Amino acid sequence: MAIVTIRDLNKKYENGFHAVKDVNLEIRDKEFMVLVGPSGCGKTTTLRMVAGLEEITSGEIRIGERVVNDLPPMDRDIAMVFQNYALYPHKTVFDNMAFGLQMRKYPKDEVLKRVRDAADILGIEALLERKPRQLSGGQRQRVAVGRAIVRHPQVFLFDEPLSNLDAKLRVQMRVELKRLHERLETTAIYVTHDQVEAMTLGTRVVVMKDGYVQQVGEPLVLYGQPANKFVAGFIGSPAMNFVDVSISGDGRHAETEGLRLNVPDRIRAHGGKRLTLGVRPEALRIANGSDEHGFATKVDVVEPLGNEILLNFRAGGAPMVARVDPGVRLKAHESVRFAVDPERLHFFDATSEAAL
Amino acid sequence: MLIERKWKKWVFFYLPMAVFIVFTLFPFYWMAITAFRPDNELYATWRQPNAAPLWTLHPTLEHFVGLMKTTAFPTWLWNTMAIALVATGISLVCGMFAGYALARLKFRGSEFLGTAIFITYLVPQTLLFIPLADIVRDLQLGNTPWALMLTYPTFLIPFCTWLLMGYFKTIPKELEECARIDGATRFGAMVRIIFPVAIPGILSAGIFAFTLSWNEFIYALIFMSSADQKTVPVGVVSELIRGDIFFWGQLMMGALLGSVPVAIVYSFFVEYYVTGLTGSVKG
Repeated sequence: MAIVTIRDLNKKYENGFHAVKDVNLEIRDKEFMVLVGPSGCGKTTTLRMVAGLEEITSGEIRIGERVVNDLPPMDRDIAMVFQNYALYPHKTVFDNMAFGLQMRKYPKDEVLKRVRDAADILGIEALLERKPRQLSGGQRQRVAVGRAIVRHPQVFLFDEPLSNLDAKLRVQMRVELKRLHERLETTAIYVTHDQVEAMTLGTRVVVMKDGYVQQVGEPLVLYGQPANKFVAGFIGSPAMNFVDVSISGDGRHAETEGLRLNVPDRIRAHGGKRLTLGVRPEALRIANGSDEHGFATKVDVVEPLGNEILLNFRAGGAPMVARVDPGVRLKAHESVRFAVDPERLHFFDATSEAAL
Repeated sequence: MLIERKWKKWVFFYLPMAVFIVFTLFPFYWMAITAFRPDNELYATWRQPNAAPLWTLHPTLEHFVGLMKTTAFPTWLWNTMAIALVATGISLVCGMFAGYALARLKFRGSEFLGTAIFITYLVPQTLLFIPLADIVRDLQLGNTPWALMLTYPTFLIPFCTWLLMGYFKTIPKELEECARIDGATRFGAMVRIIFPVAIPGILSAGIFAFTLSWNEFIYALIFMSSADQKTVPVGVVSELIRGDIFFWGQLMMGALLGSVPVAIVYSFFVEYYVTGLTGSVKG
């Protein structure tokens, strides 16, 4: 049973850089929590503070019932998988995996059993006698994961574990990690800068920026109801389209040069204001005769991806992308009308960038 | 095209390489043939019939026997070995801890300390021996092996510290972070993970320190006075040049025997030594 509770966590480096600001999180038991954000957003620093590798400037971290602020890493009952795997190069795969158990003075047959079990789960039984330099990237990754799971820790910490792998292997390992988490039922905190990884792996996802938590939620909630413009732009690929608009006096339309769209009822109250409008590429569709509120534009780049087509164009002075069905036959520089369901429009305050 | 490349390789690679090898190895060759050359051949003029300046016609062990019987050479060899080993040991241990601390621990003034240690290495021994002689005399260590065992580290520790600091910096710090999560203390992670991974660096620092102490001359000349306390470099020079007479055969035999242990140490560890200097750790 391990709930990880983070209260008012701050990290200020000696050079004055404030990396983590007032972070509050509760990671539930057996949850797979993903911290995601651009580089320098404080996600790795937060993870390293949970691990005990960085000192906490202020705040409190609890693992289970214990406050671990001043506990050394070895006493926190955690295991961590690093981006560069950090396998001990002078030890065999077996000894790499056994090291943590040996340090904790487990009896020999217990060590042997646990290492064999972990190797079996990860399919690396045949590699146990090899040295890390004789392994491929994917195999090293498995050993690093194996080294973490033999210990049966209360919490797994992952620091961008897949980013050194090639794209294909990354997708494969992503699925394996998810399967592994379901099997082991252990709380996990996972740091990544890749929003796809975050969405696919996370039970819940924490989006961070500039040291602040922007939003915490289940992947589809982040996608459907982003708390602010940053989260809206960060989650989803291609990213959400943004354009600055003014709301008409009666609060019925969002307008800007060459663009006039119906808005949902909740925006009525903002009549006369300037807002940022966001629309996901997949919310845009090619208008047909019955669509009364669309807008006309010219496609400038067509990206046929096979399962979908991305159409790049400009509207209201901003570059936009629409994701359409592969059946659509359009060439670059052709004119087209797009329509969008008002309920699928997002609006953000122009200054605070909070979602409305 | 291919043929042109071949001759280019000969002219620009093999030929300069050959010249370089001959240039470097000739003194050793000269030392070796002189050591085995009887005196009458040694002092014969080159114009004499049958003269073979680049070859020994009647190789002999007379200089070896002379060196062993008339001088304290075996004792010098033993002294040199013992002093070099102890001085290297002390310096390596200090250098490993100091180098690790400078590479990994962030403490106030660590950069300054690193630079300061390096600067002490730059103070020439020809200046440093004067105050050191005073200290050696005060501690009454003069003419004992401890005079050298304790003074050699004054230049070996800075050297080892710098070489090892550079090497430790190439080891990913995640290795010891992982060890600390796995249940090791900071000290445990250093001893169980970082030191074993740094073996190439430690060996090359050790080889260098050993060679430097083995060949050291000034301190050995000044702090050791009686013949049975001398080291090979000093003993050979001070006991085999009497007045203006050079005992060339024995001198060269002494030099040859003195360089053999170093050559053995080098060749034995050459692979470690190269990776130690280029500093490559693959995860």
